[in-house]
Amino acid sequence: MSDANPLDARARMIARAARELTAGMVVNLGIGLPTKVINHLPADLPVCLHTENGMTGIGATLPYERADRNLIDAGGAYVSPIPGSAYFDSAVSFALVRSGRLDLTMLGAFEVAQNGDLANWKIPGKFSPGAGGAIELAQKARRVVVMTTHTDRHGNPKLLQQCTLPLTAQRRVARIFTDLAVIDVTAHGFELCELATGVTVQEVTEATGAPLIVPDTDIPTF
Amino acid sequence: MSLPDKTTTIEAAVARIPDGATIMVGGFGVPGTPFTLIRELVRQGQKDLTLIKNDANETGMGIDLLIANGQVKTLISTHIGLNANAISALNSGRIRVEFCAQGILAERIRAGGAGLSAIVTDIGLGTELAEGKQVVEMHGKRLLVESALRADVALIHADRADPFGNLTYAATARNFNPLMAMAAPMVIAEVETLGPLGSLSPEAVETPGAFVDHVAELSELSEDYGIVRR
Repeated sequence: MSDANPLDARARMIARAARELTAGMVVNLGIGLPTKVINHLPADLPVCLHTENGMTGIGATLPYERADRNLIDAGGAYVSPIPGSAYFDSAVSFALVRSGRLDLTMLGAFEVAQNGDLANWKIPGKFSPGAGGAIELAQKARRVVVMTTHTDRHGNPKLLQQCTLPLTAQRRVARIFTDLAVIDVTAHGFELCELATGVTVQEVTEATGAPLIVPDTDIPTF
Repeated sequence: MSLPDKTTTIEAAVARIPDGATIMVGGFGVPGTPFTLIRELVRQGQKDLTLIKNDANETGMGIDLLIANGQVKTLISTHIGLNANAISALNSGRIRVEFCAQGILAERIRAGGAGLSAIVTDIGLGTELAEGKQVVEMHGKRLLVESALRADVALIHADRADPFGNLTYAATARNFNPLMAMAAPMVIAEVETLGPLGSLSPEAVETPGAFVDHVAELSELSEDYGIVRR
């Protein structure tokens, strides 16, 4: 594995993933790592962030001293409104998701398969808290991207030929941001798009549990 | 003409709930959870309850108190990951948990509240959540039938109310409350501020009082409602 500082690698991954959000989008950022993207968005970028518990137009995350007890995101973080924010009930919130109004969702993952299958809600016998809104986000957002460490804490690959865990959604993941690389899910499988600074193609190939298509052209770094 | 007065006390409202009741409980995390009604239900001790709630709150808070007190038989929920006690109650078989996709839970409750019998959806196809569910073919696609949900009682937390039970909600304390407030024949609302009839603009009312049976003003907001420093 690369000698790069893992904290730097994580920060670079988050900063790179943040560039996936472009002007005009309605976006849902999943609980955990994806939510960290908020801190990397340019202040003048016109995007609308949605959270499942009933808000569009999420502003900065607030420290406890300045928090509003009635204003959280789906992960329980205290958030703030911005000019133009809206609150709504859970049925409206998921109407927005299921009807195709969500341009992008960025989710965490336990496993992603080379056909775009995603598993991120259950590890039988170990972790079964329920899927929350993940199934609808993964199934209905117009574009689904994943942000995850390339391997689990034991070094096992999370990008696989087939998922072994219960699925969240089938064939929905389009792109994966990891601490090592940006990888697209194509009709032919995983394709390397970008490399993290200091990481080699061979390192990514070895950390990936499925064939990796490597283009002949220069691979950009992030 | 004037509208009926449905104001009551927390204690008297909860005393109407029998053992074995199916109860919808509003809230998503802390916002919108009717903590005072829940604490009174713990005090009165009704048993064999089926709860329908988005989440299981956190350890030592909200419906976790009912689970810890052995009053809950079944929980219908979307995500209980913030409550280790609830997960261990599930794993040890002390409670049964039926998981539902979050927006589908909302829609099943809305259907129940709207007098419909079921909804039809492609959400969950190809996942464990589809197992055991009726499949129908419509528009050339296989779709799942999700039954509508109603309860015996709905416990609601609202921001403002009038004595007839017209309700408004604060920020993300809406969540499941307006939906659950339509989906039970006995709807009990605890409210932070109770004003006279006419104190709410008709245009501001989110839950019309005709859906609500009992309104209890909170004399104070306990620590339950405050900021959680995790």
